[in-house]
Amino acid sequence: MTLFERSAKELQALLHSKEITIADLTKEAYDRVDKLDDNVQAFLALNKEKATATAAELDKVPFEERGPLFGLPIGVKDNIVTEGLETTCASKILEGFNPIYDATVVNKLREAGMVTIGKLNMDEFAMGSSNENSAYKTTKNPWALDRVPGGSSGASAAAVAAGEVPFSLGSDTGGSIRQPASYCGVVGMKPTYGRVSRFGLVAFASSLDQIGPITRNVTDNALLLEAISGLDPHDSTSADVEVPNFAAALTGDVKGLRIAVPKEYLGEGVSEAVRQSVLDALKVLENLGATWEEVSLPHSKYALATYYILSSSEASSNLSRFDGIRYGFRAENVQNLMELYKETRSQGFGDEVKRRIMLGTYSLSAGTYDAYYKKAQQVRTLIKEDYDKVLADYDVIVGPTAPTPAFKIGENVEDPLTMYANDILTIPINLAGVPAISIPCGFENGLPLGLQIIGNYFDESTIYRVAHAYEQATDFHKETPQIWEGK
Amino acid sequence: MAELTKEEVKHVAHLARLAITEEEAEKFALQLAAITDFAEQLKELDTTNVVPTTHVLPLVNVLRKDEAIKGLDREVMMLNVKEQEAGQVKVPSIME
Repeated sequence: MTLFERSAKELQALLHSKEITIADLTKEAYDRVDKLDDNVQAFLALNKEKATATAAELDKVPFEERGPLFGLPIGVKDNIVTEGLETTCASKILEGFNPIYDATVVNKLREAGMVTIGKLNMDEFAMGSSNENSAYKTTKNPWALDRVPGGSSGASAAAVAAGEVPFSLGSDTGGSIRQPASYCGVVGMKPTYGRVSRFGLVAFASSLDQIGPITRNVTDNALLLEAISGLDPHDSTSADVEVPNFAAALTGDVKGLRIAVPKEYLGEGVSEAVRQSVLDALKVLENLGATWEEVSLPHSKYALATYYILSSSEASSNLSRFDGIRYGFRAENVQNLMELYKETRSQGFGDEVKRRIMLGTYSLSAGTYDAYYKKAQQVRTLIKEDYDKVLADYDVIVGPTAPTPAFKIGENVEDPLTMYANDILTIPINLAGVPAISIPCGFENGLPLGLQIIGNYFDESTIYRVAHAYEQATDFHKETPQIWEGK
Repeated sequence: MAELTKEEVKHVAHLARLAITEEEAEKFALQLAAITDFAEQLKELDTTNVVPTTHVLPLVNVLRKDEAIKGLDREVMMLNVKEQEAGQVKVPSIME
C-alpha cells in the first residue's frame, strides 16, 4: 500500500485536510525507491537533498496559492536537463555532465510546485525500445522482472507502474512514451508536435521529438500536460496555440463520437490477445454511444523505413555536438584533434547510437541523399496525408499501441530490425505529428496491453475525453503489479 | 544499394568521426546492409512531384529584436569543460 495509488485530486485532499504533508509525499517517493529500485532499476540519479528541502519550503505555501499538482513528486527522463542534477541520456559520453540550466519543462514543473525526485533511465539518447541500450543499467518491467519495460522512456513508465513516483516525464520520437506505457500498464501521452517546448530536451530527431506525461490515470495525465505545455521563446518550433484546460474536457460523454479503426493496425504481427483487447475496447466505447468504422492508412507499411532514415539522419547531425571538447567524456592519450573526436565518440557512444549515426550519415551523404533522405521526406508527406484524410472524417483513430506485450530481456538485442518492429504502430504518428495516448486495455498472460487513441493536431482534449470515458467504464488501470506491495 | 561494403562503412565512420575496428566494420556492414535493404521498399512508391515534409507544422521564421541580453557567466559555461586554461577551452594540436 502506498500513497501513490491515489490520484492527484485525492492527494490534494489529504494535504488540505492536513493528514499528510508534502514532506511526507517526498519521503514516500524515496522510501519506495529504497524498497523497489534494486529490482526495478529505474533511477539513474536521485535529487534527495534538494527535494527534501524544497518539500519543506512548499509545505509553507498557503493552500489557496496551490494548483492541482502542487507538492506532488515526479521523476524526469534523463534526456531532459536539470540544473545541478547529473544528466547523462544514459550515455557514457555524458557521464558526470552537470547541466547549467533547466529545461523549460523543468521550470514549468517548478512553477506548478512539483518536486523532482530524480532522473530516470532510458535507452542511450532515446534510441531503443527496451532500455537495454542504456550504458548504465537495464530497467526491469515491474509486472515481470525478466521482461523489458519498453523504451526509450522505459524507466519513466516503470517507475510510475511500480509506484515509486505518481508522475513522470518521458520523450517520444517514434513511440518512446506510448510503447513503454503500454508494456507497463500506465497512461502515456505524446502531445502534438510543438505543444511542449523542447528547450532542454537533448535532441535526438528534432522534427519528431516531443516531451510528454506518464501517469497512472487519464485525469492526472491531462493535468500534467496542461502544466508543461505552451509557447516558448527558447524553442522556435513550439507552437503559438492556446493551452486548453485539458481536465475540463473529461466529461465522460462520447455520444456521437466517430472512431476510425485502421485495418493496418490489426493486421499481421499483431497478437491475437492484442487484437481482441482493441475490439473489446471498441465495444465499450460503442456502448457509451460512439460509432466506429474500418478505414485504411495505406502508407503505414512504409513508416518504419521512413522513420529510420529520417530519425537517424537528424540524429547524426544532432549528435555531432558530442565531441569531448565542451562537456562530457573526453578520450585521453590522443595525438591530435581528429583523433580526440574519433576516440571520444567511439569510446563514449554505444553500438546502437553508432549504428544510427552511421545510417544517418550514409543517408545524408552525396550519392545517397536523394535515394534515401529526400525520398523518405517525400514518403513522410504521403503518410501525413493518410492521417489528414482520415482525421477530416473522424474524431479519433483507435488501435493497439504495440503488437505484443513486453518481450523478454535479451530477446531482440542482436537483431535491430526485429527490435525496430516493436514501434510499427507508434512511429507513423510521430511522422504525421499528431497527438496520441496509450492507456491500459487488458492483459496477456499477466502482462499489460495498451490501447492507442490518436487525435487531430492540437486536439489532445478529444483524446483525453475518449480515454477518460473508457477508463471510467473499465478497471484495467486499477490493477497493480505484484511488486507494488513489495511481495 | 543492397550491398554495403566494409570499405564504405569505414568511410561513413570517418565522416561521422567514429573510430571503428575491423571487426566492428564487418559487423556494422552486415547490420547496416540489412537496414538499407529494408529501406529499399520505399522505391516501390512513386513520389514524383510529392513535396518533401521537413516539418509538420506550418511554421515561419521566428525573429526577435537584435538586442544584447546577458548570457550565462563564463564560469558557469566552463563548468563542464575537461581541460581549460585562462578561461579558455583547451584542445590538442589542430595542425601537425
